[in-house]
Amino acid sequence: MPNSKSAYSFSNKKEKFDTHIIVVWVDNEAGVLARVVGLFSGRGYNIESLAVAQVDEKLKISRITIVTTGTPQVVNQIKLQLRKLVPVHKVADFKREDKAVIFKEMALFKIVGPNNKLEGALKACKKYNPVLLDKTKKSNVIQITALRREIDKMSNELKKFGLVSVSRTGAVAMTRGADIFK
Amino acid sequence: MSKLYSGAEIVFKCMEDQNVDHIFGYPGGAVLPIYDELQNFKSIKHILVRHEQGAGHAAEGYARSSGKPGVILVTSGPGATNVVTALTDAYMDSIPLVCISGQVPTHLIGTDAFQECDTTGITRPCTKHNWLVKDINDLASTIHKAFEVATTGRPGPVLVDIPKDIQFQKTKYKKPKKEKKLNGKSHNHFNQNSIDQLIDLMSKSSKPIFYTGGGVINSGPKASELLRELVYSTGFPITSTLQGLGSFPGDDNQFLGMLGMHGTYEANNAMHDCDLMINIGARFDDRITGKIDEFSPNSKKVHIDIDPSSINKNVKVDLAIVGDVKTVLSSTLKSLKQKKSKFLKSNKQKTSRWWEKIQKWRSVRSLDYVGSEETIKPQYAIERLYELTKDKDSYITTEVGQHQMWAAQHYKFNKPNRWMTSGGLGTMGYGLPAAVGVQVAHPKKLVIDIAGEASVLMTIQEMSTAVQYNLPIKIFILNNQYMGMVRQWQELLHDKNYSESYTAALPDFVKLAEAYNCVGIRAKTPEELDDKIIEMLNTDRPVIFDCMVDKVENCFPMIPSGKPHNQMILGPKDQENKKITGKGKSLV
Repeated sequence: MPNSKSAYSFSNKKEKFDTHIIVVWVDNEAGVLARVVGLFSGRGYNIESLAVAQVDEKLKISRITIVTTGTPQVVNQIKLQLRKLVPVHKVADFKREDKAVIFKEMALFKIVGPNNKLEGALKACKKYNPVLLDKTKKSNVIQITALRREIDKMSNELKKFGLVSVSRTGAVAMTRGADIFK
Repeated sequence: MSKLYSGAEIVFKCMEDQNVDHIFGYPGGAVLPIYDELQNFKSIKHILVRHEQGAGHAAEGYARSSGKPGVILVTSGPGATNVVTALTDAYMDSIPLVCISGQVPTHLIGTDAFQECDTTGITRPCTKHNWLVKDINDLASTIHKAFEVATTGRPGPVLVDIPKDIQFQKTKYKKPKKEKKLNGKSHNHFNQNSIDQLIDLMSKSSKPIFYTGGGVINSGPKASELLRELVYSTGFPITSTLQGLGSFPGDDNQFLGMLGMHGTYEANNAMHDCDLMINIGARFDDRITGKIDEFSPNSKKVHIDIDPSSINKNVKVDLAIVGDVKTVLSSTLKSLKQKKSKFLKSNKQKTSRWWEKIQKWRSVRSLDYVGSEETIKPQYAIERLYELTKDKDSYITTEVGQHQMWAAQHYKFNKPNRWMTSGGLGTMGYGLPAAVGVQVAHPKKLVIDIAGEASVLMTIQEMSTAVQYNLPIKIFILNNQYMGMVRQWQELLHDKNYSESYTAALPDFVKLAEAYNCVGIRAKTPEELDDKIIEMLNTDRPVIFDCMVDKVENCFPMIPSGKPHNQMILGPKDQENKKITGKGKSLV
């Protein structure tokens, strides 16, 4: 950081950055997402991906899943700052490498081209639970669920089969086994 | 069937039930229904300010000096945006405020209506929480909740935005829910084990120090009492942050003075060399720590704070105790009495060399300055002000800059809630309106705003408020015609290029006072200073005191930016030897 004009002190420590998945249960009220996202931008934290939807209609609870990177100290701050928000009920946090947790993202691919290319595309997606959502003579819409880097890989690979459009979600997470997030 | 009340009535019903006596506000189109109801609620007195920022700071002064939440009432659009600085200030310094703002009617929200702004959007990052009330049935519970959020845990500002149509609609009034004790929302997350660990660390330490902050003040007067008891029964030295001044007597021998960038030599060196640091209600702010990599390298650190997110944010600590200062201190004292009833005796020997070292640092007399018989030295002015007011239980507010640091260094506080200053945000223009708020809360007490001539001009219009309500505040301006702290930094860091830090065409403050229909007094020489101060103190009306001081005096001692605690600049002579170079130049 040469000649930084905004620094209050120079940190010489280069700490390791880890990727974490933060799960936040919030009241589904107006502005709640802005509060969570604003906390991240305001304090200079990272958001790699974000997934949010109401999960309990009766209690009006939404579940927000955020993929972020940071030093252990920063990740700890993220959790503690999130817990201070009034509409936040609980916060869970996992390292991406955590084997006890399943992470999944979904992607939709639109392929336009001759039949052999359409079939080639579908075949290429075989490992990632492909679902053919729409089919015409000239086009396919394929849904896959996979990890982030696998979807990155497929977005590249499918170009040669006539990929014209990609739409994808942020990661969602669930613990393995009978345990639930505490 | 119970009576139906309009939204505007409900606002005041809520305030009655929350024991609100005073609100600071400014009317406008979107809060007219609320202002229309004001006359029907005799127990609530409205203080009309001259600018909404003034309302915010006045409410802060009120809150800090009384321990009650400050209440603000402003209109939509510019009314709300003007109060943002004060909300941010209160957020940084953990001051409980409840701001009620008007909003355009619900059906106009989002249409760029006249005086519409996204108030909840704008104030989201500078409040603990905020609400836009879109249903009249939610209004009472929202306002009660707002008071709860503002005053519990780490206090802070909240805002309730009420559209104009909601103010007219009618519904039943809901009383605040009786607080259920310990409904899982307790703020104390420590156990006896942590207290035992703390006492263990204390009994092993030979170079201990207490480092206390605004959290002690926020925890209430009882916390200050307990702190004194703990400090006296341990015999440990104690230093305080800017915000914590007053929680421990400033003239006590165990008190080392304020620490930090303009703290005393003994406090900063003790922080650097200690083997046990007990942080009570402070947050390792960058003004305190100096260079963080070299901050107190050989100490065990204990952090007592009500806010879990303050722990390990800037400085990693060895023992964290999350809880209300009052509760933690009372547990600690209880255990100390049970386990180590003769702590003081057994510890005296152990810490005697530490105290010798501290006395050596003290003998440097880092707050000394070169006196003058011709010009008033600003430090001298504060010293005289202190000497002439110390028997009066006075309340001091400040603006931001050199005068603020001199006030913190040379005015000694013996009680909590007597010192109101903008520390975290550093808001110039804070002191005058804050003094208004303090005087409203304490009509019979002496309230002095120690000010700089640049800061005070930012909110000078509030003199008019002081005159309207017969609030005899004293505005004690250390007038050096410069933005002194800016000038000092330019001298130290920018080769004396005094870019835009001199204020030409300053008003004549004595005439200005007369224009506001208050009293103006000017002191030009050290000789006449005492008489003029006494004249000010004997005036039972608002006073603007124009104290013409040395124009180029610098505020020392000082930890230069980018340096650790043990490399302070002590005074003008030292300044040449310890020039700030390289990286330090770019720090703030």
